[in-house]
Amino acid sequence: MMPVTMLSRRGALAGAGGLLLAAVLPHRAARGAMRIVEDQAGPFAPNAFVRIATDGTVTLILPNVEMGQGIYTGEAMLIAEELAVGLDQIQIEAAPPGDPYITKELGTQATGGSTSTIATWTGLRQAGAAARTLLIQAAAARWSVAPETCQAGAGTVRHMDSGRSLTYGEVAADAAQLSVPANPVPLRDPATFHLIGKSQHRLDSPAKVAGTATFGIDVQVPGMLVGTVAACPVLGGTLKHVDADAARKVPGVRDVLTIGNAVCVVGDHFWAARKGLGALSITWDEGVNAAVTTATIYRQLHDALEGPAIVAHTKGDARAVVAGATTRVEATYQQPLLAHAPMEPINCTVQVTPQRCDIWVGSQVPLRARDAAAEITGLAKDQVHVHNQYIGGGFGRRLEHEYVIQAVQFARQVSYPLKIVWTREEDLTLDRFRPAYVDRLVGGLDRHGNLVGIEHRIVGPAVVARWAPEALLPNGMDDDLLVATAETPYAIPATRLEYARREAPGVVTAWWRGVGGTRGVFVVESFIDELAAQAGADPVAFRRKMTGDNPRARAVLDLAAEKANWGTPLPPHVGRGVALQYVFGSYLATVMEVEVSETGGVRVRRAIVAVDCGRVVNPDQVVSQIEGGLIFGLSAALYNEVTLSGGRVQEDNFHSYRILRMNESPMIDVHLIDSTEDPGGIGETGTAAAAAALANAMAAASGRRYRTLPLTGRQA
Amino acid sequence: MLTLQVNGVAHQVDVPDDMPLLWVLRDVLGMPGTKFGCGIAECGACTVHVDGKPVRSCSLPASLVAGRPVTTIEGLAGDMVGESVQQAWMDIDVVQCGYCQTGQIMSAVALLKSNPHPTDDDIDQAMSGNICRCGTYRRIRAAIRNAAGVA
Repeated sequence: MMPVTMLSRRGALAGAGGLLLAAVLPHRAARGAMRIVEDQAGPFAPNAFVRIATDGTVTLILPNVEMGQGIYTGEAMLIAEELAVGLDQIQIEAAPPGDPYITKELGTQATGGSTSTIATWTGLRQAGAAARTLLIQAAAARWSVAPETCQAGAGTVRHMDSGRSLTYGEVAADAAQLSVPANPVPLRDPATFHLIGKSQHRLDSPAKVAGTATFGIDVQVPGMLVGTVAACPVLGGTLKHVDADAARKVPGVRDVLTIGNAVCVVGDHFWAARKGLGALSITWDEGVNAAVTTATIYRQLHDALEGPAIVAHTKGDARAVVAGATTRVEATYQQPLLAHAPMEPINCTVQVTPQRCDIWVGSQVPLRARDAAAEITGLAKDQVHVHNQYIGGGFGRRLEHEYVIQAVQFARQVSYPLKIVWTREEDLTLDRFRPAYVDRLVGGLDRHGNLVGIEHRIVGPAVVARWAPEALLPNGMDDDLLVATAETPYAIPATRLEYARREAPGVVTAWWRGVGGTRGVFVVESFIDELAAQAGADPVAFRRKMTGDNPRARAVLDLAAEKANWGTPLPPHVGRGVALQYVFGSYLATVMEVEVSETGGVRVRRAIVAVDCGRVVNPDQVVSQIEGGLIFGLSAALYNEVTLSGGRVQEDNFHSYRILRMNESPMIDVHLIDSTEDPGGIGETGTAAAAAALANAMAAASGRRYRTLPLTGRQA
Repeated sequence: MLTLQVNGVAHQVDVPDDMPLLWVLRDVLGMPGTKFGCGIAECGACTVHVDGKPVRSCSLPASLVAGRPVTTIEGLAGDMVGESVQQAWMDIDVVQCGYCQTGQIMSAVALLKSNPHPTDDDIDQAMSGNICRCGTYRRIRAAIRNAAGVA
């Protein structure tokens, strides 16, 4: 999803999350609650990720935010493995905004792009190891023995010869006086891992099951009032006039606030605010986008299939090779705008005083949120305190922080803490959307049915150009769009990738659960299937032949085919489809089995996924991400499309933006391959797999190709 | 003034007649375990029990349930079926983001109380009003089966 190729991601790993001394660690409460309860813990804080109190409390500060992907558990395992503590002996905290928590691959403190485990794999273990080393040194000094004669385990240092022991809490004060090792401490041999590679229960399960986990929307601040917002439904429009007389008469309404493009009604509770909002009479100046429709956007994309484009990637002379091929295959694919629609609607709680600004929010980009609030309020950055909360579904939505900006703009007008909660309608229609894309591919087969070359043109927005302009390549390429297109699991003799950038009018486009990976796998793996069909080849065999120099790709393909009983007979109207991918640093092969009725009804029967994501930290959570990612991708592939009419988004709740439900959800079998490679990303991989495997299965079941998403919509 | 019986405790609340139970629970009684998802009874995040039956509290005026027993996620402690469902959820780590899960659990508990040994079709029918955006359906189904074995 992010603007860095896997190669450079890997190159950037060394030192990621390294041992930087945290100048001032915020003292916040632990697991479950994660409110700003002042915690006097200390004194041993050898780096930004570990803090040990004299009472033995071990607090791990986790650089990435938990939004379902299990990262709190995974990152705690990385630190705990080397710190030599049990997961039952720790408290965890969300990292505050701060430089030590920057994900270098993303250029800011961000949780996204399936980068968290990749980025922290070495650094968090080093943080744990450095802390352990100092604790052992402190204990050894207390006993006047050599540190080499001591061992640490379960939060205790033992002197092996004498059997004496001291808990971490007992040596914490001494350890705090020691110098942090200048060089990284050697890490454990993976063969001796206690935690890593063995499924551990999620640390957040108990609180989430009990209903005591605090999401942003649950934050309670003394004296707080609740607001809800109507922003101009047309992008770029402004507020012309609001008549709030009726709203102010609604019982419980306390305030009506305005900013340039939005109105906020504040009440004693959400219901008063909501009713007040409904009683407003608002006139918008809708601006230049008032006539935008979905058709405008698609027309612009299709038009750019011809004409100038950036040549983003080449191998050999694909034009000549394809022109001279025995058989040419051409296909055009279209993908829609998509909303994030996390279950927790957008919300943000803010208190602004002359001295400080406190923000309680679930954010994938807390540093950006902090800096924006400082700019709006005129406060110094260190006067802005972002208290990151559990996120009720991120999917890239909270890599944006425009809702934080909006909340601060409203909250600075009042003296009380203001919690803003968007309605679901506001959340969907004022989302920032996964872009629509059109791709055209032309492939050539030789007389033996071998693929000899592909020409591929991508048309669509460059998300990176807005989100991280400095990461746009010098030739104007959004390198997120190279994912799954320039980098495939296949040895294809000649390829040419072109990009015609077209920014969609009327919407802000944004990251989603995989942008490049998800859209790229759909078009490339659909097209590979079309080529196989033209060659008269079995889709698995056709792919397998092209993975000659890529044993990891071949292994997942073989495993998925075997587990899916590929090639065995199926009932009428049922088909199997396969997709093979290398995205986010992980290999996946997915086989989907789908029934397509005479009337076009689709039922996904089962999905089989083989995964090689390198070394696995928490295997059950990898499985969980694949299961959930696939379901997320299936919702989009089957049903989802954001449309505009009169510049306004039409899909405004779950009746019109349909999410897959339990009765539609297939059996999913996930098979992990043992690997000693460095970890790959996993959070977005299942989503990336879904549309291609599904479209290919539907084609096998029905005998027709599906080139337009959503698949149950009208096929172009 | 309205009297609500929530988790066995009577609460006097002064709220508008049309105020949904969800917002009384969350913003007046300070019980945030019940979640706001859609506001139109499409997603199930706000599921609570009234008279033991699962209802969508976002679309149910609190005034209509005055005096009737309301159970929320906060009221499952000590309830045999409730605790066995919660344990089943933890045993196989159903949750991901977790936001919908309190509603899922309330639907599951209501199902198992009325039908201690549901078939997969029964489970699908009872649970398909609850959306999980993280896609934990397979594990929810498994957890309900496991809880049914011990409830």
